[in-house]
Amino acid sequence: MRELDYPFDSEDLLTRKRAIRKAIRKETEGINLPEKRIAVLGGSTTHGIIEMLELFLLNKGIRPVFYESEYNMYWEDVMFDAGGLSGFKPDIIFIHTSTRNIRNTPNVKMSAAEIEEALNAEYGHFEELWNKIREKYGCPIIQNNFEQPFYRLLGNRDVVDVHGLHSFVQRLNSKFYDYARAHENFFINDIAFMAASYGLQKWSDPYYYHMYKYIMCVPAIPEFAYNLSNIIGSIYGKNKKAFALDLDNTLWGGIVGDDGPENIEIGQETPKAQLYSEFQRYIKAHRDIGVLLTVDSKNEEENALAGLKRPDSVLSPDDFSDIKANWDPKDMNLKALAKELNIGEDAFVFVDDNPAERHIVREQVGGAAVPELSVPEHYITEIDRGGYFEVTSLSEDDLKRNEMYKANAERGKLQKSFADYGEYLKSLEMKAHIAPFEDMYMARIAQLTNKSNQFNLTTKRCSQAEIESYAANDNYITLYGALRDRFGDNGVVSVAFGHIDEKDKAVFHIDLWLMSCRVLKRDMEFAMMDKMIAECNSRGIKRIIGYYYPTAKNGMVKDFYDLQGFTKVSESEKGDIVFELVLDEKKEGFSDRGVRNKVIVVE
Amino acid sequence: MEREEIFGRLNEVFCEYFDDDDITVTDETTAADIEDWDSLEHINLLVAIEREFGIKFTMGETSEMKNVGEMVTAISEHLK
Repeated sequence: MRELDYPFDSEDLLTRKRAIRKAIRKETEGINLPEKRIAVLGGSTTHGIIEMLELFLLNKGIRPVFYESEYNMYWEDVMFDAGGLSGFKPDIIFIHTSTRNIRNTPNVKMSAAEIEEALNAEYGHFEELWNKIREKYGCPIIQNNFEQPFYRLLGNRDVVDVHGLHSFVQRLNSKFYDYARAHENFFINDIAFMAASYGLQKWSDPYYYHMYKYIMCVPAIPEFAYNLSNIIGSIYGKNKKAFALDLDNTLWGGIVGDDGPENIEIGQETPKAQLYSEFQRYIKAHRDIGVLLTVDSKNEEENALAGLKRPDSVLSPDDFSDIKANWDPKDMNLKALAKELNIGEDAFVFVDDNPAERHIVREQVGGAAVPELSVPEHYITEIDRGGYFEVTSLSEDDLKRNEMYKANAERGKLQKSFADYGEYLKSLEMKAHIAPFEDMYMARIAQLTNKSNQFNLTTKRCSQAEIESYAANDNYITLYGALRDRFGDNGVVSVAFGHIDEKDKAVFHIDLWLMSCRVLKRDMEFAMMDKMIAECNSRGIKRIIGYYYPTAKNGMVKDFYDLQGFTKVSESEKGDIVFELVLDEKKEGFSDRGVRNKVIVVE
Repeated sequence: MEREEIFGRLNEVFCEYFDDDDITVTDETTAADIEDWDSLEHINLLVAIEREFGIKFTMGETSEMKNVGEMVTAISEHLK
């Protein structure tokens, strides 16, 4: 919904929240959105935050169910649970505390050692809480850091002197960050940044705290809730994956086709050229965190490339995974980019200075983010605050993604020179590592279950905590597959797990089976199934049951179990299909299907 | 601005905020008269009113308002 896309009108959202809530609930009614149970444990009022958070999460495609602690009972609710929180079974716990909740504050009469003690006491209070949550719920935790106090008792010295509250808050934050670095599934909601960016005086207006016990001013609640929704969205795989970038007056000043590549504004010669260079550096830095860069520009390709090939251009043609510079409508180019890169249209952020182009993409491409841009000097802020690429985890694969897509392009070239597809697959010299879930890949495995839509049989979404619990459970068989070939390492590309039937130990149900589309048609799914069957056989299983649940996106795997040699058992009206495979340990590959992978060496 | 004009604009804010076109506020209207108007909603309603009139209530005013009539008085004080 346009009203809920960044940049939004906060006051309008607050004033018309009822009408907007009605509209977004109606819009998402009957759509099968993942439901997430979010416990909001507050050290101050949380009512208005939850109201706004619901709107933003629905807009992101997540249906939230909330639990709200009693006023300022965030600690007691966890430590002395009376059944409310545990009965709620949270998927995420958000702890909404602020500088107002610090109980052990320093004063000038205290010695440095006493202040250190107060700091440790304050930190210990929180660490105890988090550890209890990890042990009891194992779910992701989102914790506010502390905003700067809005006054300075010691003036400029307040941030330097250990007696200063500013100094104390900074040291406490630092301890929170140490914990966040050392623990997965723990996320800081950076309200210190939010407050600074909004304006600390306005943000911390004591009127709202003393009248209503809100730690921030009410008009800032939508911004606060949006920032929080980005963390939650990212945990559940709602991040965008790619930029589709216009060129003229977006990545450089001027029109390369009219002005000539030598006359566009980029480089260090003029203030405007420097401004566009800074923007290009900002965009380019996204490559390093795994965001794909593409061009969607109305230009002759030759001119577009000439602009990017200028020696003083920060971005060069090599930085882009795909370039569409032609005269087709931009929405069509964007759809073509999505197809070629094998990602959803809704995974794009479309960046264009022209309101008419933004309009057509917004209308024609469902789900793509199209930030409103004002003037070039504000492009970075306007895109950055959208939070499209919120980094909750940075996996090895994210860092290598651009190389992987390049390697794909090279594989494509090789494929053309082989007449026989089997020969081509052999020439790739593929090596797979297939094993039960391992600690170092838990983040990536959880990420895949939330991001994969197409090659995904049941579209079951899992948090990292759930993935870890399956790995530790003897009734589960878990497998991940990583694939390498002569062009490079694809990393973890396939995930599957299932559980042994509670009543009949000889029956195994496959709960989830997914694969990254970047290794389609490489026979990796056969290597995985060979391994899964062998694992089942070694556990004495005689029958494997597979499930296909149709969604708008997973039509490509409707015949997956057929192709794997399973037999169809039943199909429901909704289109859910059940398949089975009977095992026989005397046969090669332990069933009639035999061993199907002939091209990948499994290590 | 006349009280009547303030009432008119205020009424629109109430209707929009509570998403209910049937609301008519008078001097005597209080939170008890409007179903969804509770203490948690009150703060957001005030923000909507402040926005409409381009004013900012003080804590003193906010805590003393007993009914819509007093609210209108406070608004007209700010607009003087």
